[in-house]
Amino acid sequence: MNPYLPREAEIVSRHEESATTFSLGLRLTDGQPYRFAPGQFNMLYLYGCGEVPISIVGDDPVAGTLSHTIRAVGRVTQGLQQLAVGDRIGLRGPYGRGWPMAAAEGRNLIVVTGGLGCAPSVSIIHHVLDNRARYGHLSILQGVKHADDLIWREQYDAWAALPDVTVGLAADVASPGWHGHVGLVTALFDQVTLQPEQTLAMLCGPEIMMRAAAEQLHARGVAADDIYLSMERNMQCAVGHCGHCQHGGRFVCRDGPVFAWPEVRALLGVRGF
Amino acid sequence: MIKEAGFLARADLQTLLDRLHDLGYRVIGPVVDDAAILYRDIDRVEQLPLGYTDDQAPGSYRLSQVDTPRCFAWADGPHALKPFLFAPRETMWQVARDSDGRLAFSAVDPRPAKALAVVGVRACDLAALALQDRHFLDHVNDPYYEARRAGLFLVAVHCAYPADTCFCASTGDGPRATTGCDLALHELDDGFIVEAASPRGHAVCDGLSLRAIDDDQRRAANDALSEAAHRQFRRLPSTDLHNGLLARLDHPRWEQVASRCLACGSCTSVCPTCFCHAESDAPSLDGNDSEHLREWDSCFSAGHAQLHGFQVRPEIRQRYRQWLTHKLGSWHEQYGRSGCVGCGRCITWCPVGIDITAEANAICADTIEEAP
Amino acid sequence: MNKPSIAVHKFSSCDGCQLAFLNAGEELLTLAGLVDIRHFLEAGVADEQARVDIAFVEGSISTDEEVERIRRVRENSTLVVTLGACATAGGLQALRNLDDSHTAWKNAVYAQPAFIRTLDRAEPVSAHIKVDFQLWGCPVNGRQVLAAVRQLLFGVLPAVVHDKVCMECKRQQAVCVMVTSGKPCMGPVTRTGCGALCPRFGRDCYACFGPADDVNTDALSQRLEGLGLPPADVARRFLFITSQAPAFHAAGLRHYRPGFVDD
Repeated sequence: MNPYLPREAEIVSRHEESATTFSLGLRLTDGQPYRFAPGQFNMLYLYGCGEVPISIVGDDPVAGTLSHTIRAVGRVTQGLQQLAVGDRIGLRGPYGRGWPMAAAEGRNLIVVTGGLGCAPSVSIIHHVLDNRARYGHLSILQGVKHADDLIWREQYDAWAALPDVTVGLAADVASPGWHGHVGLVTALFDQVTLQPEQTLAMLCGPEIMMRAAAEQLHARGVAADDIYLSMERNMQCAVGHCGHCQHGGRFVCRDGPVFAWPEVRALLGVRGF
Repeated sequence: MIKEAGFLARADLQTLLDRLHDLGYRVIGPVVDDAAILYRDIDRVEQLPLGYTDDQAPGSYRLSQVDTPRCFAWADGPHALKPFLFAPRETMWQVARDSDGRLAFSAVDPRPAKALAVVGVRACDLAALALQDRHFLDHVNDPYYEARRAGLFLVAVHCAYPADTCFCASTGDGPRATTGCDLALHELDDGFIVEAASPRGHAVCDGLSLRAIDDDQRRAANDALSEAAHRQFRRLPSTDLHNGLLARLDHPRWEQVASRCLACGSCTSVCPTCFCHAESDAPSLDGNDSEHLREWDSCFSAGHAQLHGFQVRPEIRQRYRQWLTHKLGSWHEQYGRSGCVGCGRCITWCPVGIDITAEANAICADTIEEAP
Repeated sequence: MNKPSIAVHKFSSCDGCQLAFLNAGEELLTLAGLVDIRHFLEAGVADEQARVDIAFVEGSISTDEEVERIRRVRENSTLVVTLGACATAGGLQALRNLDDSHTAWKNAVYAQPAFIRTLDRAEPVSAHIKVDFQLWGCPVNGRQVLAAVRQLLFGVLPAVVHDKVCMECKRQQAVCVMVTSGKPCMGPVTRTGCGALCPRFGRDCYACFGPADDVNTDALSQRLEGLGLPPADVARRFLFITSQAPAFHAAGLRHYRPGFVDD
């Protein structure tokens, strides 16, 4: 079994989330089963151009499709943005260690995300809502730089309407009609009732944000071991061989991308690592 | 376990090469080419660098001829075993696209036509091979590395001629080859003490005309290795480099070495343990098929830590620090030991002669003074 | 389906980079089937005003006429790709920018200098218009050019080559000529793309692909001086084919004195 060989996948749906963000629904054409855990990622291959690591947002086991939300920021993702339903790409995965969804059972969850790259945290929310009885209260705290950057606004409204779910939104820069907080996402900690011993935190976003969030949650009584975060690095092989994703001694692609805070705390947000 | 097999007269060295060829190996050995000792295909002992020795210093390598009947009177040149197993560039898989846009992926068969036998390998490179084995085979099998590794036959030569840039004695990886080879040779003026270290090695010995080894030969070989170890004057700090380096991320020496460092990646390329590689794609001009390749990369390259719009290591200071803290520090977390085997190649082949032992000692200087 | 259209425009240059297309052999026939070549004088196709998807530009901007013409190329082209050292970094002719010797040279070289209408400076194309992608080299590497064409036809920008020549030299298993024989090799500061051609044949790199990303020119200058090169020669190593590339320009000027050619 060659760990580097992609499988063919067909684009079965696509949805524009914003001017630069889009979602692709993919179906593997070989008909072989595919399972993933929230927080894992796939390598998507644009024919003739290259591979990119993309977090898996969710799946539809009945239809046999997987969804990926992609931001068009590089040459390959900009190329993927030009594809249409029916086009074929390559896919290999899932890779890495995902969120600790089993350990989180019976706990309250606080999901803190910053920036545009919130796809890894959406997989948590989907999983919790699909298995609602297994988890306690769910707090979703999302921060963006500019209010206009927020995608899935209707989705957040829908989540906020569910029982036992709290949604908090924050933007550094507001725009007309913005009802969320203006400022850092960590300021939203004041707005949720935190039962520290009951809580497991999952963070996703820029490292500086995750470091600040982890420190503040810890200061509010959440155990360091109960704080998890998803790291992002240059990933090419996805199996811990190519070396680009190293963060200290960790291979983010294989040992992560989700880490318990103490595993990466020493170098988290340290420039150059 | 390495066991003495017998003494092979110099005149009979050809029979070893012949035996390896007869067993179906592609035989690789040291030859003089491009002003250096390089690994090349060989079939005659006359191709070996008889009478050559080397003079290595930071940023400098010169060959010269001396009056010796020996073929292995030199320290390693720029080529390690690495390129034979972890290829500098190779195609991993191919994909064809039909007129309906359907993609058919196929892996390249990595099995070589002939297994390799490499003659003249030094202890440092055997230690490096063991580390690369762990990297490419422990967690997820790399099929390309594995296919070339599977049949590899190694004839080591205990290293009695360390260069001034060598420090294997300080890392504990040489100069004696103790493990990881099939045969090991002590070179003496009139021939070789042959040791066998694997069943395949023993089988090869069965086809050689070996004589009994006398105590004088044994003593001469051992004395040469002791002296080779003592002659090395470079050494890494003997302290805990993992914690020592990570505790000194703001040491002014990082800036100082960055002012000298070209960030050219020569050190990582000649390093026998560095494993970083980049992947890329090469479609045919007509667009009907494409190849996916990988090639050696370096943590000194601008693309290495580039993340859509964010460069993790924009400064050379950060790149050198990444290299050193990984090689001597976080390697311990990954593979339970330092990533440095003391071969000294990064010192010799650095165009500006940056010395890893000097940098590590300078950065950890206060720890060394504290040590008893 | 309409084929994408391309043009190959020539400015102040030797035509050598255009030959990268013409020397492509069988691939040139493939290319002709993939694209509509609307303007390419070396290949005998002339329509300078053609509107195209991709314009390849060879040569530096050295005359008033070229300043106007490159603007029209920009207006008529969706993408502009520079082809080689002259278009990307001014080329050899940009050496005249280093001091005010343009008129003196013109008068010395030409019998009737009054007929020569050139600007005092030869500039890279990017000094005048927005450039979408740059291909380096003197000349360009034909395979790299065709690979870039392929990526553009796929609708994506080609991958930028970041590496230094040393990286490619080592991948080719060539032996470092600086370390074995003290040759003043520019590989440690030069962008690869040539396949480490010169070092593979025992010759020191002379930087025809221009500076790589994140170069330490001071460290190399010091090393070159250590190898015995006088300051004028160190300056010449940087101020040669790609003297207008900022990293080389700055490094060269640190060692350059006007008139050093007479040393």
